[in-house]
Amino acid sequence: MSGSIMENLFQRTLEDLIKGMRLQLIGESTFISKATEEIRREIKSTDQHTKSTALHKLSYLSAVHAVDMSWACFHVVEVMSSSKFAHKRIGYHAASQSFHDDTPVLLLITNQLRKDLSSTNDFEVSLALDLLSRIATLDLARDLTPEVFKLLSTARVFVRKKAIAVVLRVFDKYPDAVRVCFKRLVENLESSDPQVVTAVVGVFCELAAKDPKSYLPLAPEFYRILVDSKNNWVLIKVLKVFAKLAPLEPRLGKRIVEPVCDHMRRSGAKSLVFECVRTVLTSLSGYESAVKLAVEKVRELLVDQDPNLRYLGLQALSVAAPEHLWAVMENKEAVVKSLSDDDSNIKIESLRLLMAMVSESHVADISRVLLNYALKSDPEFCNEILGSILMTCSRNVYEIVVDFDWYVSLLGEMAMIPNCIKGEEIETQLVDIGMRVKDARMQLVRVGRDLLIDPALLGNVHLHRILCAAAWVAGEYVEVASNPFELMDALLQPRTSLLPPSIRAVYINSALKILIFCLDCYFHQNEGSASWYSDHLAGGQSDLFSVKNDTEAAELAMCEGSNYEHHGDFNPRNATESSEDLSVENDVDRVAPHGQTSTPPTLSVNKNSMHESIVNLLNRIELILGPLISNQDVEVLERARNILSLVQLVKEEIIDNSVQSVVDIVNKKDTRVTAIINLLRDAFTTELGPVSTSAQGRIVLPDGLVLEENLDDLQAICGDIELPSSSLFGAGGPHLTTTLDASSSNLLKNEESGPLKESTSLIEHRKRHGLYYLPSEKSEIVSDEYPPANDPKSNSNINDEAAELVKLTEQSLLLKKRTNQTKPRPVVVRLDDGDVAPITVKRPEPLDDSLSGAIKDALLGSETRPSMSGSSPSDKSSRKKEKKKLSTRVRSEMKKNVVDAENPELENPNSSSKNHGHSHTKERRHQGKEKIVEGEEHDQREKKKSGHRHGRRKTHQRAKSPLNVVSQTPVIPDFLL
Amino acid sequence: MGIRFVLMVNKQGQTRLAQYYEYLTLEERRALEGEIVRKCLARNEQQCSFVEHRNYKIVYRRYASLFFLVGVDDDENELAILEFIHLLVETMDRHFGNVCELDIMFHLEKAHFMLEEMVMNGCIVETSKSNILTPIQLMDKTS
Repeated sequence: MSGSIMENLFQRTLEDLIKGMRLQLIGESTFISKATEEIRREIKSTDQHTKSTALHKLSYLSAVHAVDMSWACFHVVEVMSSSKFAHKRIGYHAASQSFHDDTPVLLLITNQLRKDLSSTNDFEVSLALDLLSRIATLDLARDLTPEVFKLLSTARVFVRKKAIAVVLRVFDKYPDAVRVCFKRLVENLESSDPQVVTAVVGVFCELAAKDPKSYLPLAPEFYRILVDSKNNWVLIKVLKVFAKLAPLEPRLGKRIVEPVCDHMRRSGAKSLVFECVRTVLTSLSGYESAVKLAVEKVRELLVDQDPNLRYLGLQALSVAAPEHLWAVMENKEAVVKSLSDDDSNIKIESLRLLMAMVSESHVADISRVLLNYALKSDPEFCNEILGSILMTCSRNVYEIVVDFDWYVSLLGEMAMIPNCIKGEEIETQLVDIGMRVKDARMQLVRVGRDLLIDPALLGNVHLHRILCAAAWVAGEYVEVASNPFELMDALLQPRTSLLPPSIRAVYINSALKILIFCLDCYFHQNEGSASWYSDHLAGGQSDLFSVKNDTEAAELAMCEGSNYEHHGDFNPRNATESSEDLSVENDVDRVAPHGQTSTPPTLSVNKNSMHESIVNLLNRIELILGPLISNQDVEVLERARNILSLVQLVKEEIIDNSVQSVVDIVNKKDTRVTAIINLLRDAFTTELGPVSTSAQGRIVLPDGLVLEENLDDLQAICGDIELPSSSLFGAGGPHLTTTLDASSSNLLKNEESGPLKESTSLIEHRKRHGLYYLPSEKSEIVSDEYPPANDPKSNSNINDEAAELVKLTEQSLLLKKRTNQTKPRPVVVRLDDGDVAPITVKRPEPLDDSLSGAIKDALLGSETRPSMSGSSPSDKSSRKKEKKKLSTRVRSEMKKNVVDAENPELENPNSSSKNHGHSHTKERRHQGKEKIVEGEEHDQREKKKSGHRHGRRKTHQRAKSPLNVVSQTPVIPDFLL
Repeated sequence: MGIRFVLMVNKQGQTRLAQYYEYLTLEERRALEGEIVRKCLARNEQQCSFVEHRNYKIVYRRYASLFFLVGVDDDENELAILEFIHLLVETMDRHFGNVCELDIMFHLEKAHFMLEEMVMNGCIVETSKSNILTPIQLMDKTS
């Protein structure tokens, strides 16, 4: 006993601890660990006071300094059961702070809680309720439901309101409690005590958020509170409840729209006004006058001094945007102004809104202005802008983009922005556009060339993915390139060694494609007369390289490859030869190599120089890629080997022959080389198309393939083998067309027979000079530092741009009557379905089934008994009258409404992805309308054009609607309003 | 659940009070507090008091050296929460008389009690200052 007194006397109180903490000189963590040790000792004491003080200190340390206190849970239970309130309080607080579902001692506290819940001391009850609201588990909730039930109707308001709040947790853990408690909970809605009403409305607000349908029958009670209550907190909660209920029951909206507008007009509390605005914009958006009023209020918010209100105003606008774009338009000046706000949150909101206003008529201008903004803003917001442009433009298979040449160039510009880290997204889009939009390929290759050719870009890791796409595009669509040799140079430039292997492999593969294309041209050269092609090639060589680059690059290549010497037999000769060529040819184009007299450019000379450039090309490939056959990466190694073998094969045939024999070879169509080249060319001409996400499902299962077989063994074997880093183009090309649906594959077939290789015929009069193509003005840049691609224009000021944006957005209003485009929108290949990952229509999760089921039971049960609303007889009778009037209409109306409300949700995802391969601009416009106009009200013209699709949609509808009705009607009882 | 947590943090980023209405482990709490404090304390007076973080919306307000941060669900009314913070500060002010950081440090459990009176299970149940303070004064008297 004396020991405990001593302990008691010398124990540090919490206050001592805090003071000590403030004065400590030994470092906070040491101090805390010392204090914890002390507590561990003290907490074992038999003296209640010592024990509770120790626990008090521990929970302080745990709350503020995150000290673990789970070890003390048994002591917590002991202190909780103390008879002294001061101790009990400490125990309960510690419990609510540290207990959770897995705490082992939870089973021990049931009885203690039961005892305290039934206590006559309000404070003890309050402690127990508070703890229950934090830690109730299924067991606790089930065992203590009777006690909570009793407290729900106690006269002690202090306890009652807490019991009401606890119910939320109890229902959540133990849905069966609803059958017991729900009626009493509802009765509390009619209580005259404001404290009780506050609590109960809060509970219903949370309950209704999870499963609004079940609470429709309570609408009359909520309505009364909405009209009568003077408490803004309560009103806000009730508005939240109605925001959930109104979309389910149209007549409800009609009822509440007036009181809501009333509050909006009269209330001086910004929070309440804002809640009204939000309710109107989300749930009552069909009521024109209410929306107008709400938008007016939003405007007030937007121009307010307070950034909070401005932010909320923008948020409210973005809620309104989908249905009431005019609201955004009216406030566009404020929106645009917010783009240069101090606060990044506000900037982002305004950016979102701005993108919501974009239409195809001025997407180009807005994007231009935004891009200028991006150049000047901090990296984070810059990428925010880029991301939203990318997302908006690519939405629904580039719905908004009309001029793809523009868009592709825009993507190129984005890549050049120094802060851009959206490489992956840009990569995806570049490749995707290549596959989908045939008309854009020329521009794609052009943009790709600009990106590839700039050696500075190779040093920026964020751009590697974009370069990867550019390289792929250059290889895949080389037939529309203005100058394949130039592309080849870009792909082979020495700084490609900076790329990661997976992208390097793409570079090499693209080089192979280009080589095949060049050889093919070469072998077909005498099939026709001089073609545009050769002229092109000849013209393109004006800006060639310097000797410096050549030698430098050779050195680089030398350092890179270890077995360079192996191939030394041919290299020195070629290198010197090419540099000789260079020196001679760089200035005097017309002088033919190897001492030939300069003659007017005839066919034979063209052929000759074509021969030269091909030979040069082959040599260069060998020189650059030779070292790669000892590369560490398998992909790079293998692809380099492939292309090198081909080069050697071709060289054997043509390299040592004189000009005459070249012509001979070319004339002999059936030589080995030409056959191989033809084969390879054919392999590469198969077009790649976009792949549907559901493509795999359409492949018929071959006979004898057992897919169900357990492959676990394989998993064990291959488990640690890493998949090769995903390159977009890994999948084999030829298979892809089989996965497309009929319409788009037709389209592709047509394209294939198109004017692909006809462009080739005569030789180009062009000579390669130097190994690496670097435009002369850029040749100085060799360092790893890449210069900023676009310097922000310093002279243009933000205000001008803001004004410009305002002007631009004005045009969106004219979006409906679009002026005739100067350029028709090119065909965009769309797949039947699965262009985008299937959007699952979100339905209320069945998770709460037991809870909502219980609530339904409780409500329907109480409905039959009039006692539910017994406290206000006048109310009841008036409601009863109304009920008689309405009840006959209710069912049928309800059915219709349910179907109506349900359909847009179900249809939209379908209609957006159900488009067919050939969606011309015209049809697209119709689809746009269709989304707005509901199923039945189409004019004849549209019906004709989209008849078949329509039929499908209707059957869809028919198939779905009865289901809905069946599932919905029993849910909504005919209630009084 | 409307309110998920209430934090009081001083200018240096030290937590002075933390009240969670859903269970998080100590590590989770520590990480969450660190992220939020870093995010909010970096903002200036001209910026708005709402920050989105993970799946929370953080509503915060600064009083002298103390930041009050409340994490709420997405559909909670931000302005109402600002008013709630103000109410909390006023209540503490009335009780302590010109409340400061030290009051909260040395009377943490009282601050907790006030919060418990105001918020239960994440729902605001009491908004009257005198209703909040009466039981606390009573408890003071008895103990």
